[in-house]
Amino acid sequence: MIGGVTMKKSPAGKLNKVIIYVLLTIFAVVSLLPLYWVFSTSLQLSSYQSEDMERPVSYVDSNPPKMYPMGIPLYFEHWSEAREAKKAGNTEEEAYHRDMMDYIVSNTFASFNSLFKKHDVGTWFFNSVYISVVVTLGILLIDSMAGYVLAKKKFPGRNLIFWIIISTMMIPGQVTLVPLFMMIRDLELMNTHWALILPDLSMVFGVFLMRQFMYSIPDELLEAAKMDGASEWKTYWTVVLPLAKPGLAALGIFTFMNVWNSFLWPIIVLNSAKLYTLPVGLKTLQDANLASFKLLMSGAAVAAIPMIIVFILFQRYFVKGLTLGGVKE
Amino acid sequence: MTKQLETVTDKPESSFKSSNPNKSTTPKRKNTFLEMKKNYSSYLFLFPKLVLFVLFVAFPVVWAFVLSFQEYKVFGSVFVGLDNYIKVFQSEAFFIALKNTLLFTAVTVPFNVISALVISSMIFALGKISQSFFRSAFYLPTVTSMVIIAMVWRWMYNYEFGLFNYVLGWFGVEPINWLGQSSTALWALIIMSCLIPFGAGIIMYLASMGSISPSLYEAARIDGANSFKQWWHITVPLLKPTTLYLALLSTIGSFQVFTQIIMMTGGGPGNATETLVHLIYKTGFRDFEFGLAAAQSVVLFAIILVFSIIQFRVLRHDE
Repeated sequence: MIGGVTMKKSPAGKLNKVIIYVLLTIFAVVSLLPLYWVFSTSLQLSSYQSEDMERPVSYVDSNPPKMYPMGIPLYFEHWSEAREAKKAGNTEEEAYHRDMMDYIVSNTFASFNSLFKKHDVGTWFFNSVYISVVVTLGILLIDSMAGYVLAKKKFPGRNLIFWIIISTMMIPGQVTLVPLFMMIRDLELMNTHWALILPDLSMVFGVFLMRQFMYSIPDELLEAAKMDGASEWKTYWTVVLPLAKPGLAALGIFTFMNVWNSFLWPIIVLNSAKLYTLPVGLKTLQDANLASFKLLMSGAAVAAIPMIIVFILFQRYFVKGLTLGGVKE
Repeated sequence: MTKQLETVTDKPESSFKSSNPNKSTTPKRKNTFLEMKKNYSSYLFLFPKLVLFVLFVAFPVVWAFVLSFQEYKVFGSVFVGLDNYIKVFQSEAFFIALKNTLLFTAVTVPFNVISALVISSMIFALGKISQSFFRSAFYLPTVTSMVIIAMVWRWMYNYEFGLFNYVLGWFGVEPINWLGQSSTALWALIIMSCLIPFGAGIIMYLASMGSISPSLYEAARIDGANSFKQWWHITVPLLKPTTLYLALLSTIGSFQVFTQIIMMTGGGPGNATETLVHLIYKTGFRDFEFGLAAAQSVVLFAIILVFSIIQFRVLRHDE
């Protein structure tokens, strides 16, 4: 059942395949359920009262839980009743249902509205975007330069430099937490975005990845550029970088994802709400204890959507980056 | 040949330098210096990364070791020898954190690696389109921040309205206050980590499976081996390097478990879910005992290193 690797042609293959599909679908549902729950809760009706109800109910805090946003079926209910009321010529009834439809829409999106109006989510979003973009572009430039010469040039100290850089990949980030904190404090960079950007630009994974990738660039092309009289910089910029595009895309995506999701370091160095990135802001939102789960899940959705879009657009580079980074020499 | 000739005529200077080693008239040190001078542009290319690396990686690493032998004071720290390390090993909190982290790792790492192997084997048996569909379905949850995952699981573990207790209710399980009591809190975090798919592992396994030669399976089939036997005797052994790599990767990751802790339990109730990194965070940035926190982080590094070596040895050995 599990070893379906070559069963395609075997007679029992069809049954096995059905079993595989069923099992994989169950696993996939389990794995995607939390994400679904983020979106479902963020759009859940938090208060609803129809004519025949004594008190408004919340579908967010309901037992058993509502598996999808209740606004959807209720909206159509009111819509069809409004239509019937119109047919019957009952304008008062129709107006009531129209109002309820408006109410359902506004309540469904209410938490997103208040996130951006009452809380600083817009600012946090902007901070996350610009820090991630700045770091990603910086890493792409700096690491491709380093990876290029480490792969393609022979100069004294090359291997020593590479091995020193790579050996620090073994050291968990927590080791440098305290000294880095003291350094940033002494440089008076606490509570600034520099405190995030500078250490992020120093990550070494990209050098390793870029070096691996640059090996595949044929030497002949570099020689040819040299013979055409191109300077080192021009060779790098016009020959090497275009050829390294797939590697750059993979590195760029992973850097963006890491920076976008980074959490431990930002909660240590940032302490004013205006400077927060999304993960830090979400933590303070949760810590405030005033926020409903609908509001928290809306915040989570705002933070999740950009990464989901990036993933859908650049899927193949995720695969490429993972398989490239995993290759050992 | 023509290439060489051209460079000689174009740049007599450089050809002179490169012919130096052959003549071996100059001492070696001078040679190195000339080599460095000739390649100055390479150093310029390396320069930005090197500066950042020295300032924000190498220097802090060295400083962490130095700090671990000091007691931090605002006006100059004092050298205290092994005091911090003694304190680390004498504190009950550290051993509870270590025990919790070890339990967390011991359950989640084998579970995640084995489930990644099983899931990717199943995916590999499918057609191209289904392959990429399921690959995405299992990888998607791993691109979202652990902060988000932790927030939604905290909500799903809610005693009264949570999805988790509701689903368990289908199987006749009474509601459990998962995160609120010390007997279940750590297990709640472990279950959660097991149910988050190991997306990177699945993708890497799939890539490795693609590079296994089909002729091996052909031969096994001729010998009458069924699908499971083929998988067990061909696929699994040939994937061993990937398994080793993934086991290391997820062990290192799970020793550093932090985000779930601070977002869901804060190490509690009591210290039921205290982990090493959360302890380091608390020691350093709540109690501001920098020396002690540095010592704890060095110990964490040592533990990770030892486990990596053991794992490497064990998985390499029975190859």
